[in-house]
Amino acid sequence: MDIATKFLTMALAILIFVAVVGVILFIAGRSERTSGKRVAFLFLLPTAIMLTVGLLYPAVRTIFYSFFDAAGTSFIGLGNYETIFGSAEQLIVLRNTAIWVLITPFVATAIGLLYAILVDGARGEGPAKALIFLPMAISFVAASVIWKFVYAFRPDQPNVNQIGLLNQILVWVGLPPQQFLISTPFNTLFLIVVMIWIQAGFAMTILSASIKAIPDDVIEAARLDGVNPFEMFRFVTLPAIRPSVVVVMTTISIATLKVFDIVRTMTGGQFDTSVVANEFYSQSFRSDNQGLGAALAVLLFVLVVPIVVYNVHQLRASEAR
Amino acid sequence: MATVTFDKATRIYPGTERPAVDALDLAVEDGEFLVLVGPSGCGKSTSLRMLAGLEDVNAGRILIGDRDVTDVQPKDRDIAMVFQNYALYPHMTVADNMGFALKIAGKPKAEIRSRVEEAAKILDLTEYLDRKPKALSGGQRQRVAMGRAIVRQPQVFLMDEPLSNLDAKLRVQTRTQIASLQRRLGVTTVYVTHDQTEALTMGDRIAVLKDGLLQQVGTPRDMYDTPANVFVAGFIGSPAMNLGTFSLAEGYAQLGSTKISVPRTAVTALGADDNAKITIGFRPESLDVVPAGTPDSIPVLVNIVEELGSDAFVYGELTGELGSKGLLHSGAGEDQVIVRVDPRKVPAKGETIHVTIRTGEQHLFHAGSGLRIDA
Repeated sequence: MDIATKFLTMALAILIFVAVVGVILFIAGRSERTSGKRVAFLFLLPTAIMLTVGLLYPAVRTIFYSFFDAAGTSFIGLGNYETIFGSAEQLIVLRNTAIWVLITPFVATAIGLLYAILVDGARGEGPAKALIFLPMAISFVAASVIWKFVYAFRPDQPNVNQIGLLNQILVWVGLPPQQFLISTPFNTLFLIVVMIWIQAGFAMTILSASIKAIPDDVIEAARLDGVNPFEMFRFVTLPAIRPSVVVVMTTISIATLKVFDIVRTMTGGQFDTSVVANEFYSQSFRSDNQGLGAALAVLLFVLVVPIVVYNVHQLRASEAR
Repeated sequence: MATVTFDKATRIYPGTERPAVDALDLAVEDGEFLVLVGPSGCGKSTSLRMLAGLEDVNAGRILIGDRDVTDVQPKDRDIAMVFQNYALYPHMTVADNMGFALKIAGKPKAEIRSRVEEAAKILDLTEYLDRKPKALSGGQRQRVAMGRAIVRQPQVFLMDEPLSNLDAKLRVQTRTQIASLQRRLGVTTVYVTHDQTEALTMGDRIAVLKDGLLQQVGTPRDMYDTPANVFVAGFIGSPAMNLGTFSLAEGYAQLGSTKISVPRTAVTALGADDNAKITIGFRPESLDVVPAGTPDSIPVLVNIVEELGSDAFVYGELTGELGSKGLLHSGAGEDQVIVRVDPRKVPAKGETIHVTIRTGEQHLFHAGSGLRIDA
């Protein structure tokens, strides 16, 4: 396709969009007087169609194909799921995902909370918060590239200088440089550090806002009631921000379950660092195993949905207060 | 039980020149109910917060009993405070809210429970002990806040406008309850309000503040009968006192052709900065309605008549040769006069009535300093 055709296609697409919206508005305008429900239905229709085409259909199709073999031709029942929970290779993937989900939300939230409390009301609070929030603005891939340099390894030989920050520090203190991203099982932990680096800023921002929302007089009442700083946190601050803490932890859990970019960019899932999302990609597009890929996607979906439901529930609860 | 003493206590907020509270000298007796009252920004809340230890004292001292608490932590001052917005812990039940200070102090559970139940009985909260504050009405929350203070059995109660979030009817009801509860418990209480009616009805004594400066301390009767200056005169009393500044000639304040006699002692008390002028105040009930043509009567054009059943108040303006000259002002505004009239004989709107000031019921102040002239 040459450029002219592409532009023509784009113009056509825009025209169709405008026409569709126009038709909807026209019909809605006509039936406005008759019934409020019908108008609502008409406005919901485009969204419903798009959700069906873009979300519902692929979901059903993915679930369907998760019961088929690599080529997607013959039905193999739960075979793909047996592979996921049976083969040594796939079990490592599950183990890694479990490590990610068990560590990241807790550590990131704890760091964010601690930081939020420490800088709250301190001089230079703004810049201090910006500093820890900035990683949020960096894409996962860029963050991975940055940390790949931090972990970079050069063989421990004369006349070879370390270019990685961590290894240079090790050399300075007289220790041999380490292959951070290759030695299992700690390489997974070094990948998790990147995720925490990004998510702690998110946790800090939300929790800081939540801490500031606690009325001053409640804090003062607690001071008059004689609490020390620890009791203040335990009995006043933490209960007040508990809904936010839950929302932050679940949000980070969801992001962690779906983590792909960091693993893909830094190790490509090699050296026993693969996680479900990365494995799903590898099986679907690298190993041409559509069935297994689909099964992994379904597994991810099944893992994320309960957390999303819980998250939405908590979000409502915290808004209702 | 204890006394409370402010000894030249001063608070200057960082970044401001003028002190929010300027060398406050105030002694509260043991068991007394003292009301700090004044317009917003007068420093009354700051004074209370200094006593609570929530605000630094930049100069001077604060004593509770004989103990200097100026640099003592809030929790060690043996006080309890009721906040304007109640400041209840939202995640705790009423019982936990009330017993929290005792829990932090490490008191045994049984003792906490019995003290909380005792306070709940006094405040009629027994059936709500297991509820969260969210499930209570405004009045109930206010009582929980009171209960939290009572349970601690402190030396001093501090109350920061505890009634301002209640509706008018409940406020009147609760203010009697608080006053009688305080008298029953006999705990020294410092109470902050901007509402002079609350101050008059609740306080054993009232302290009026303005711009961080103490204007006058005294019993409600003192404040009403002998206000120390023009500000207190205009602030205490509802409806407010009528005030006007007039030139003096031959022992009379000149209000156009109307002459108000001023005692000789008052005339001699005037100084150079008064510029031969005197400020005269008269309460709405100190005016008599007289027939037109009575010598030295003041004509008033009736704007509004407020009928309260037992009383009726005329809100009017000076008229005739006296009109629109800014001679007088009252709580109702410039050139406005408030007159209490017989509720059975109220004038109609637009009518002109004539009033005279009842002899001996006027308040005289220096035109320059605004201080009272005792005649």
